Amino acid sequence: MFQKQVQAPVQAPLLAVRGLCKSFFGVQVLHDVGFELAPGRVLGLIGENGSGKSTTMNILGGIHQPDRGEMVLDGQPYRPKGPKDAEATGIAFIHQELNLFKNLSIEENLFIGGFPKLVRGLPFIDRRKVRARAKELLAAIDLDLDPATLVSRLSQGERQLVEIAKALGADARIVIFDEPTTSLTARETERLFGQIQRLKGRGIAIVYISHILSDVMRLTDDIVVLRDGHVVASAPTRQMTVDKLITSMVGRTIDQIYPPRASRPREGQPVLEVEKLTQPGMIKDVSFQVRQGEVVGISGLMGSGRSEMARILFGLDPYASGRILVDGQPLERPTPEAAMARGIAFLTEDRRAEGLMMDGPIADNLALPSLPNFAGGFGRLIERTRLGDAVERTGRDVQVNARDFVQTLVKNLSGGNQQKVVIGKWLLRSPRLFILDEPTRGIDVGAKYEVYKIINELAGQGTGVLVISSEIEELIGICDRILVMSHGEIRAGFDRAKFDRERIMRSAMWDSVTKGGR
Amino acid sequence: MSLADSRKIRLLFLQNAPLILFLVLVLVFGSLSERFLSPTNFMNIVTQAAHIAIIAIGMTFVLLVAGIDLSVGANMYASCIVVALYMKGWNPVFGFAVAGFLGLLFGAVNAFVITRLRVPAFIATLATLFVGRAIALYLSGVKMIPFGKEILLLGRTTWLGLPVPIWIFLLVFVIAWVTLRLTTYGRQVYAVGADPEAAAKAGIDVRRILFSVYCIAGVCAAIGGLVSASQVAAASSTFGFQKEFPVIAAAVLGGTSLFGGRGGVVGTVFGAILIQTVENGLVMINADPYVYPLVVSAIIFIAVLVDSLRTGMLERLERRKIRVETA
Repeated sequence: MFQKQVQAPVQAPLLAVRGLCKSFFGVQVLHDVGFELAPGRVLGLIGENGSGKSTTMNILGGIHQPDRGEMVLDGQPYRPKGPKDAEATGIAFIHQELNLFKNLSIEENLFIGGFPKLVRGLPFIDRRKVRARAKELLAAIDLDLDPATLVSRLSQGERQLVEIAKALGADARIVIFDEPTTSLTARETERLFGQIQRLKGRGIAIVYISHILSDVMRLTDDIVVLRDGHVVASAPTRQMTVDKLITSMVGRTIDQIYPPRASRPREGQPVLEVEKLTQPGMIKDVSFQVRQGEVVGISGLMGSGRSEMARILFGLDPYASGRILVDGQPLERPTPEAAMARGIAFLTEDRRAEGLMMDGPIADNLALPSLPNFAGGFGRLIERTRLGDAVERTGRDVQVNARDFVQTLVKNLSGGNQQKVVIGKWLLRSPRLFILDEPTRGIDVGAKYEVYKIINELAGQGTGVLVISSEIEELIGICDRILVMSHGEIRAGFDRAKFDRERIMRSAMWDSVTKGGR
Repeated sequence: MSLADSRKIRLLFLQNAPLILFLVLVLVFGSLSERFLSPTNFMNIVTQAAHIAIIAIGMTFVLLVAGIDLSVGANMYASCIVVALYMKGWNPVFGFAVAGFLGLLFGAVNAFVITRLRVPAFIATLATLFVGRAIALYLSGVKMIPFGKEILLLGRTTWLGLPVPIWIFLLVFVIAWVTLRLTTYGRQVYAVGADPEAAAKAGIDVRRILFSVYCIAGVCAAIGGLVSASQVAAASSTFGFQKEFPVIAAAVLGGTSLFGGRGGVVGTVFGAILIQTVENGLVMINADPYVYPLVVSAIIFIAVLVDSLRTGMLERLERRKIRVETA
């Protein structure tokens, strides 16, 4: 299994990463990232969403190739061409979304890449050997389960441990954990940490990526903090505190420009009232209001329940208890149709998959949700002229950069212009409440500014706006109020006068700060 | 936890729905006709189901990777017509070898179009369905072609008390079962069906697996075709016509999911026997022949419905949670 490197001097790093740079579509996401991994040590890698953690790890895992920089593994240059190269060199990646086959048993998952054979040259699996090796690996991680158990019957924590067993089976020398504890219970988390300690004991180098800072403090030997693709802090864990980590994660970002908020929220009947909305496993006791003309931001880490809540509000997912009121009237058992009929518009997080028909022209995309409003008269045929005019007007309003809306296909637009098309198609319905999930993700600064302007104008017309964003800076720039979610609950609310990056971040990291764990 | 329990019971019911259906049918037909429950009749059912079972075993491989092959009926016609036309008087073993090879070629064409030209399996095999039948009709001159005596003899011969068609079916079944259960290839078929992306990451040659399952389906179609030939004596222009329907239904009734990754050949055999039982039972109770397709398709509809319900339910049960509820 693991071979001890007897001669290796204590200080020699197993893997040295130096000067890593990477750009996507002209945007540089990594700037000179460097760190070292030593056998038997745990490196914590932390940073906000979009700070470059995933990109760095994807480069290690061979999924992306760096533009510049070098990696040295055991004194040899390491340049993986793909995930298989990384695996062959002994790097195991345990993703948040586990890569197990739920329809196969534990032992089959452990060996699916290559089973031991009964007779060399023949295809038959040596079931007995598989069983024996699987038992050995499961014993090594203290997982007392029959190796023939189907993975679909395992809990999330047990699946995680099976992934570790798989890494051991592949003789991994470096194991990367990406946010491993988000869906684990407290006991499962403890168990996982025990196993990580044992991996250390075997001399395996570990990278541990997590938002739960108290765990990072407890588990790691060294910490690297990334912000906007730069390493902003790198030190042994004992020299760090949770406070210091938060401060360096937050830092200051490049000054972005936000259009001034001209209008004020209106008094009177709120557009949206949410009372104790609960769905087990997703969100709990979520209550808040959005007034007319108010821009409310929802901050929180990925997996905090922000997007899940938005999907429930729009009727895409069910809820178990609580109430949703639109303009004071309850919205019972919402479906997207019902939500739209009440004037709710929803811009999804993933515009490519959910928000747009990429192969259709701009005009068709803009018109889609409003078609019933433009159907009339005999046979409810669509009034093409009236629709065409409205589409043209809205397209210009949101400043989609294209000469001809009927000819130009959406897939040929830039990300920013695509986003404006999605926003435009909902504006055509004159919504009462507009929910925007990550409205500026992946679009350039200029387009962002235009999106902010549209949000401002909407609020000016009395529409309630709910913006979900990973960028605290952005929410501070455009919102009247910010609510912070973590673990499916609203942890804090801030009015415009009291906006404070660090305090918002602290609330998002609620578990780390108040409880020192879970 | 009573909510979760009631869900589990519903799932258990859904998973065993075909078995429950089978028992109900046996009871109903048994009470309406005395002859139905006789051992001879059961042997008849299995013999008649043999060719469907063989083709459906091949189909199971395709369904396991979430594919589909609509061309099996055309394949069996095209492969068998060659044997009927040009191999009269040959040893039937050669007949099977030639038909199997032609079936393999037919399947390889499907596989090529699907995996290399990236045409969706549904469209690709719909096209080869028409092409295959057209070739067979051209070769036969749209005439009924009788099979050689040696093939017919095969259908009537028994060995160790079992008719040869059942032996052939058992052979195919055992090979398929061993392949799916006990070889690396078989387990990788399941892995690809569950999650092709994860399979690729695990170092599995996904394209090779996809290619191979259509070839297997092709061979099985041809062999099943000859078994059927030994029972019907001649290939008319409707030989193998619309066979894809009972074949896919047999696999799905047996618990193989249309969405890939779940099922197996044991269930498929059960499904084939279930379908034949229905037809046989309708004959035994002297039902109007025009009612057969209605009854059979109703049962198949139930099977597919159950499959969707079950898949939806499993998905809901396995959905990732973002917060952990404490009791």
